[in-house]
This record gives sequence, structure tokens and C-alpha cells, in this order.
Amino acid sequence: MSTTASTAAEAGASDRTGASRRSGTFYRGDPGMWSWVMHRITGVLTFFFLFVHVLDTALVRVSPNAYDEVIETYKSPVVNLLEVGLVGAVLYHALNGIRVILVDFWSKGAKYQRPMLWAIIGVWVVVMIPGTYFMLERTVSELFGGGH
Amino acid sequence: MTAVADTAHDTSQIPAPEGSVTVTVKILRFNPEVDDEPHWESYDVPALPTDRVLNLLFNIKNYVDGTLSFRRSCAHGICGSDAMQINGINRLACKVLVKDLLAKKGKQTTITVAPIKGLPTMKDLYVDMEPFFEAYRAVKPYLIAYGNEPTRERIQSQADRERFDDTTKCILCAACTSSCPVYWADGSYFGPAAIVNAHRFIFDSRDEGSEERLDILNDAEGVWRCRTTFNCTDACPRGIQVTKAIQEVKRALLFKRV
Repeated sequence: MSTTASTAAEAGASDRTGASRRSGTFYRGDPGMWSWVMHRITGVLTFFFLFVHVLDTALVRVSPNAYDEVIETYKSPVVNLLEVGLVGAVLYHALNGIRVILVDFWSKGAKYQRPMLWAIIGVWVVVMIPGTYFMLERTVSELFGGGH
Repeated sequence: MTAVADTAHDTSQIPAPEGSVTVTVKILRFNPEVDDEPHWESYDVPALPTDRVLNLLFNIKNYVDGTLSFRRSCAHGICGSDAMQINGINRLACKVLVKDLLAKKGKQTTITVAPIKGLPTMKDLYVDMEPFFEAYRAVKPYLIAYGNEPTRERIQSQADRERFDDTTKCILCAACTSSCPVYWADGSYFGPAAIVNAHRFIFDSRDEGSEERLDILNDAEGVWRCRTTFNCTDACPRGIQVTKAIQEVKRALLFKRV
């Protein structure tokens, strides 16, 4: 069998002074790269929510009163905005997750990755516009609206 | 000569043919004997819309600063020597036309040129390609056949040839591998180019080494590190559907079908 041994050791030992693996310049990548960046960010944000969510739900085992108190603090406009953000993050992560699954398992997935990205962004916008309206309606009317 | 970043370079010696416009070429320069860090230098040079970025680099090298270093060989998009990061994306300097980079009317055009990422910069615009070729060699990019040599040529149907046609086009310029965020973060990943060249033989009906190559690519640093960001597909100067090829290798591993 004709297998050439890897010359990793030789290459590493050769004289290559002053060389540095460059990073730092901005790479204007494919939309696919930015979809992946957003996927990571929304994934981490969702994880943080789940972390807090597990903690506050576990509080009911400690004392139902403490649980009620904590949940009561969530009834603020800021948390309401965070909720909208959470829905946006989860929705993007879910939709892009479907896209990634199709890229992985559908033989034409790689070919249609960009149209699929535009499609999920479209769905995201279409869902988020009424979603944001209904989620913020009450908060906005209580903050700014006079009568209810 | 110690060059400061905003020193004005005398570019008056560069011939300015009729119809040329002045563009700013911003180059990330690095001389390992003088500099600790790479730094940007700007050159205002005349350029024709039909010029390639490589022409501008040569004008700077020939008329302004002979120490500007970059690789090129054929200068016609075949040899794959002059892959560099042009305006933030990996391209061959010999294939990018100035007319495609011109700013909107009345605005000054700036063309940024930097060496490709993820490989050690040796000087100015050329990098140490050895880690790249090392990954390439590791996937056994040659025909492996056991048994006796056939007395006549190894027959292959057109349909069988078609399966790996796309990946035969690779010119090993490293534009794809150095566009990969996974490769930037960790150079031990094989990178798209090595996988493309493994794909070329894995799906070749005459080849008998598919299992060996699939085993190599099933490694922790193999195909599974691909995050399908499609930067490689976008960067390939030969239009190879790089991510598609990587996905085909992944599926061959998953479903044990070649």
C-alpha cells in the first residue's frame, strides 16, 4: 500500500520565523456564515433563558410564596421586551435549525441554502410583526394609553 | 526604510493610460524582519476598469515599492498562487476586475488587499502554505487500487465520472480553506480543500481507497467540524460547490454509501 507518511513534524520544525496565523481583518462572508453566527448567538441567549427558567421554576419547590414573588417581578415592561426578544431568538433558532437539517440531509439543500435563508427570514418577519404587536399591546397601553 | 502607516507614497511614476481612474489600494503589509504586527498602507494608483487587482499590485511593486511581496505564477486563474483577501473576501487577484470594485459615481474607490487568513503570514501578501498542503496530503489524494494491474485502461461510465466532476476542478489555491471560520479558529481541521480532494477520489468508481479516506475524514478534525457556513463555496475561484461536496462526504459516512 502506498501511503505517504505525514510530514507534519518536518514542516513544524522548519525555519519559519516571524510568521503568525493572522486573524483580525473583517471577513465579509457568505450569508450562510452570518446565519451561523446568528444561530450561535440565539442559541446562547436561549440557553441563558432556560437557565433562569429552570432556577425560577425550581423555586416553587423551595417555597410557593418566593416563587410568586419572583414571578411578580417579571411583570415589568423591560421583561416584556425581553420576552419579545426571546420569542425572536427561539423562532430564528428553530427556523434556521430546519434549514441546517435540510442542508445536511436533503441532497439539494446546499444548492438552495440561500433561498432557504431568505425564506426563513421572511417567515420570521411575518410571524414577529403580529407577534410583537400582541405581546406588547398590553404593556404599551398601560404605559402610554390613558383609559383601558 | 521604516514606513509609517499614513506616509504618502509617491505613485506618480505609474503610467496612467487614458480612461483610468485613481483608486486607493490599501494593503496589509508585514515584514517579519522589521514589523511586530501587520499594518495597513495606502497607495493611490491609476487603474483601468479592465485592470485586474493583480495589475495594480504589480504597478505598486514595479513603480513604488519593490519590496511588496505576493505570489503569482500564471496570472490567469489556473495556477492558484495569488489567492488573497480582496475587499474582505477571498479571491484570486488575477481574476478580480477593477470595474467590479468601483465605488458609486463621485466616490473614491478603496480596494483593500490582505493575505488569506488562518495560515501563517510570511511577508506582506503571501502565507506559509505548508499546513494547507499537509492536510491535503493526509487525505491520500491519489488513485488507490489493489490487485493486479489491468491489461487495458480502467473503464468508467459517463455517469460515474459525473459524480466527482465538480471536485476535479480544484487548483489548491487555499481560498476556501482560509475562508472557513472553523479553520481560522483551529488549524487542525482538515479544511474544505482537503475534503474536496478526498471527495474527488472517494466517489471515483475506479478507486478502492474510499474506506481509508472516509476513516480519515471521520476523525474529530474531519468533516464533522464543518458548520455549513458556505464561505468556502462563495470563495472558490473555480466555482466548485465545496459545501455540497463536504455534505456528500458526511452523508457517505452516515449512510455507509459511496
